[in-house]
Amino acid sequence: MSNSSELELNGKQEFTITVYTENRIGILNRIAIIFSRRKINIESLNTSPSEIEHIHRFNILIHETEEVVRKLARQIEKQVEVLKVYYNTNEDIIWQEMALYKVPTDTIAEKVSVERLLREFGARAVVIRKDYTVFEATGHREETDKLIEVLQPYGLIEFVRSARVAIIKDSDGFNRKLREFERKDPGEEVIENEFLDKEKNVFSM
Amino acid sequence: MTTAQAEASTLTEPKTTTTVTGSVALLEGLIAEGTDTIFGYPGGAIMPIYDALYDYKEKLNHILVRHEQGGIHAGQGYARSSGKVGVVFATSGPGATNLVTGLADAQIDSTPLVCITGQVFAHLLGTDAFQETDVINITTPVTKWNYQVTDATEIPAVLAKAFYIARSGRPGPVLIDITKNAQLQLFEYEGYVPCEHIRSYRPKPIIRKEYIEQAAALINTAKKPFILFGQGVLLGEAEQEFKAFVEKSGIPAAWTILGAGAIPTDHPLNVGMLGMHGNYGPNVQTNSCDVLIAVGMRFDDRVTGRLDKYAKQAKVIHLDIDPAEIDKNVKADVPVWGDCKETLPLLTALVEEKTYPEWLAEFRAFDKEEHDTVIQKELNPETGEMTMGEVVNKLNELTHGNAIIVTDVGQHQMVACRYAKFNNTRSNITSGGLGTMGFGLPAAIGAKFGAQDKTVVAIIGDGGFQMTLQELGTIMQSGIDVKIMILNNRFLGMVRQWQQLFHEKRYSFVDITSPDFVKLAESYYIAGKKISEREELVSALEEMLNHNGSYLLEVMVAKEHNVFPMVPQGSSVSEIRLK
Repeated sequence: MSNSSELELNGKQEFTITVYTENRIGILNRIAIIFSRRKINIESLNTSPSEIEHIHRFNILIHETEEVVRKLARQIEKQVEVLKVYYNTNEDIIWQEMALYKVPTDTIAEKVSVERLLREFGARAVVIRKDYTVFEATGHREETDKLIEVLQPYGLIEFVRSARVAIIKDSDGFNRKLREFERKDPGEEVIENEFLDKEKNVFSM
Repeated sequence: MTTAQAEASTLTEPKTTTTVTGSVALLEGLIAEGTDTIFGYPGGAIMPIYDALYDYKEKLNHILVRHEQGGIHAGQGYARSSGKVGVVFATSGPGATNLVTGLADAQIDSTPLVCITGQVFAHLLGTDAFQETDVINITTPVTKWNYQVTDATEIPAVLAKAFYIARSGRPGPVLIDITKNAQLQLFEYEGYVPCEHIRSYRPKPIIRKEYIEQAAALINTAKKPFILFGQGVLLGEAEQEFKAFVEKSGIPAAWTILGAGAIPTDHPLNVGMLGMHGNYGPNVQTNSCDVLIAVGMRFDDRVTGRLDKYAKQAKVIHLDIDPAEIDKNVKADVPVWGDCKETLPLLTALVEEKTYPEWLAEFRAFDKEEHDTVIQKELNPETGEMTMGEVVNKLNELTHGNAIIVTDVGQHQMVACRYAKFNNTRSNITSGGLGTMGFGLPAAIGAKFGAQDKTVVAIIGDGGFQMTLQELGTIMQSGIDVKIMILNNRFLGMVRQWQQLFHEKRYSFVDITSPDFVKLAESYYIAGKKISEREELVSALEEMLNHNGSYLLEVMVAKEHNVFPMVPQGSSVSEIRLK
């Protein structure tokens, strides 16, 4: 969440950086070191195939000034296998994080009004087994945090939260341009190491 | 056969393939890219490539260096003097890690290199095998691009990509790590196709006409315009275009140390060197000009001094091929994105033909002050001890500014850049951004291989020489003709100067002792001489230059002599000190 008083104080706020890249081994590191070199903490990082084959999309959340973020974006875009970089404030995007909560089924069934819980937090039960139940909730950080608080007293077993994924409000033509780009100049398949654990397949003398 | 016929026949004839090893495909690719010289050192994980090289001795001149760092600095020297891509071979593990300093140096100084490292078998990756190290991840921050090959079929296309990336746009070092199995693997080789396009990579930004027009409008209304030029002019091979721009616009121009020689030292509009130990006028005038035109330079902190007091009064026009450089350190009022070979002529066409006699006279007045206070004494010292400046000046008189000067790092470097005459482009080869001591000797070897018709003089301090002096062995074995001039002040001079000026003369570990350099050279069958008297200087320099083959001249110079002018760290360029 951007904090307006903090913004006035040091000019820093949350920025979500969106990066389209080739699907290449090592590109994650090339991007990550642009931040670590400057001792900037990545608050959240999501990388996943985009809707277009061969093209990956990163969402990187950092807390910095716009001046710094602009320079970072140019350094990222300079990498050979990066296609395009955008950066946005929280005002410019719609974002979500997804969380999974594993709780003991008996306690939950006995002590909590599950129905109320699900409704209140927009959560849903993904798995219900005799021994445990897994809930899923999606929202901003504070919302998924709140459900931890609620479930903690009932024997929360395990919790996991995804990185932020964000849609840019002003993204007209993104999909069309990407499709066009891939159609005109198709990407290449990533080549992995085929030989790990297959010593016999290695050509040697 | 005409080109059209040739094209037609390649279309109709079935593709012929030959079965070759990955190693042979690599060497064929290098030849196709025009490589003639390789600097390298063999080892276990690159042995198949070296085995293949045995049959390519006629086509590829491999220079056996004495340490991989020497190899990569030689590759850099070669690239810098020739304008071609330097090629370096090293084995896995320590061989590869020894390249890291050179990669960092080439990365920060935009030097095109293709480095090939051997790697353990693909099935051993990640097992801590003998001489295995994670070369790709170690070198990622210091390469423009790198790639690990585990299958021979990848080699031709990856090599083509490597050369394209290394030389295009803002050049830089590229590393290909090839596992041993891929070097040995036989595959159907279809020939080498150079790479001309990578979809995710835009080497040159698109030129925006409106910025050219805005820049021209600013220049045409300026009263005190000032040009700063850097290595971008050399890298873009835009020396002629730059000269035309300077001469038509009539604007005084000053250089960064990597931009030296883009126009000759004696050009009437060349007003000297920028930066911490640059000339007085260009530093002071940076803070009095009204329009600052930066061409292919990146506003390094050694050039700008304190940024919040840097050219605040001026409108800034920045021409650069790398968009990440625009606004990085100094905000540009007009960003002229693009290759300066293309943008400069567009700008020249729009600028008015002018002269600025009064403005230029201001520079000359500062020159006079610097001459009277600093240069006069440096070149004609009253004391018995020789100064570095007078040695370099005498060298100029004998080479007439036509030699390639390669320097190491420190006081002698600043003095050489200040006082050496550069009539030609690509004749000042020095480690600018990284400041790598030990660069000089191996870079000079490479520079000579890259420009064999030129005299190459390596000017090196007694400290830096001892960092890579093993490369005397490379000189001995290759028979290359490099003139080595050690300016020995029996100190790590630049650190000592700072300790004197900023640390109350607490000379902490800067009094370095040296071996008998002449005897050392002699043991490598290199002729040499040591002098400490002024009377011997000219004849010794003549002897060095006229000697048939490499020669080492050790000149004993004043022990505690400082390089001035100097912009103290944390000061503004206009606060430059003359003493």
